[in-house]
Amino acid sequence: MSHEHVSNTKRIWTVFGILSLITIVEVFFGILKPEFLHLNSFLSLNLLNWLFIILTGVKAYYIVYAFMHMEGEKTSLRYSVILPLIFLVIYLLFILLTEADYIFEVFNNATIKWNF
Amino acid sequence: MDKTVVSTGTEGKTWGGGNQPIKASYGKMMMWFFIVSDALTFSGFLAAYGFSRFKFIDAWPIADEVFTHIPFYHEPAPMIYVAFMTFVLIMSSVTMVLAVDAGHELKKNKVIGYMFLTIIGGLIFVGSQAWEWGTFIKGDYGAIQTKGGNILQFGEYVEKDGEQVFKRVALRDFAIIADHTDRSQHESKNGIWFMSEGSLPSYTVEEVIYGLEANSDILVRTQLINEEGEKTILSRSESVKQIKDNGKAVIEGANLHVNEYGTPLFADFFFFITGFHGFHVFSGIVINIIIFFNVIIGTYERRKNYEMVEKVGLYWHFVDLVWVFVFTVFYLV
Repeated sequence: MSHEHVSNTKRIWTVFGILSLITIVEVFFGILKPEFLHLNSFLSLNLLNWLFIILTGVKAYYIVYAFMHMEGEKTSLRYSVILPLIFLVIYLLFILLTEADYIFEVFNNATIKWNF
Repeated sequence: MDKTVVSTGTEGKTWGGGNQPIKASYGKMMMWFFIVSDALTFSGFLAAYGFSRFKFIDAWPIADEVFTHIPFYHEPAPMIYVAFMTFVLIMSSVTMVLAVDAGHELKKNKVIGYMFLTIIGGLIFVGSQAWEWGTFIKGDYGAIQTKGGNILQFGEYVEKDGEQVFKRVALRDFAIIADHTDRSQHESKNGIWFMSEGSLPSYTVEEVIYGLEANSDILVRTQLINEEGEKTILSRSESVKQIKDNGKAVIEGANLHVNEYGTPLFADFFFFITGFHGFHVFSGIVINIIIFFNVIIGTYERRKNYEMVEKVGLYWHFVDLVWVFVFTVFYLV
């Protein structure tokens, strides 16, 4: 290593605390399923699921930036890894989920139903 | 170490990056790009799961009702066990990053200790995963599959804290065994040698019907999710009618063809994605063990550089990262 290194132990344990806390919050909501979150939806996904997805994003950020030490890398490396991933994943999800929703509607409105 | 060209004569000009234009060694940069491609693979799988789920959005199994087991504890307790697994993996990520950190300071013994803990954490995780698969494959309540491939489950209303709640009932608790209808499992030694069949379910559809008729409290629950986000429960007369008219096979547990929890796709994706992730954890453990012994024999000590630990660390954190998403997609959402 050419550059000087300072020990990051404190930062590591802080991030560990954050990740554990988020997991506990997720499990808590997953068991309780509060109705005002569970039964209201936004963009055909209920608010509880939105909460889980956002919390997952926060966890992913901390793992990549702190544990994988992305925050210490050069900007060019950082964005050549992160931007293609974010773009492609959102793109793929958008296409597949829209298509799946369409197929669901077709089955749902057709004369032949999913029946017994 | 030999370096061919150190000075390119372009310092300060357009290129000027020398051997490490983005200040990461070749190995580390390639580990990052491997991780990018592997992350895209997992995204593809998880997006496919999302596709199937949105396609059957009104009939998908509810995870809280599928993964409810904890070793040595027999009441349903959703989430707890998988939260434990998540915690183990996060913890092993922490010991891994501590090992990397100790490596930067060239503290060999600390690296050895932390890598050992990381390997143990990985083994606990894979073991837990195996147990989870085992309970999922074995199943617990059993169900009837209809001609159309739908799953009908059983349960009854019981009083709990002054409220009527629907409680699942297992086939073994109500099916009445009629011994004259018993068919023994075909084995290749008893007939055509090249034909055999998997183990038969413990009960036949007729036995379940006898049991259903004898127990007037038991109702059928279908796959369809109602507006309250719960599975639809049929009336008593409708329950008996559906089982009699459409019941085709008894399903216990899960495999790639059928599963008692709902649509077979759910089990297929579960086996495929958690299996692929589990395989990553397994290979991570193997690579960790190799590097662990390299540290012990002093390879990196002589090199005065623990970057190899950092590279396996990247892989190990990536495995943890994937699990964070698998956890959300399979158990929370």
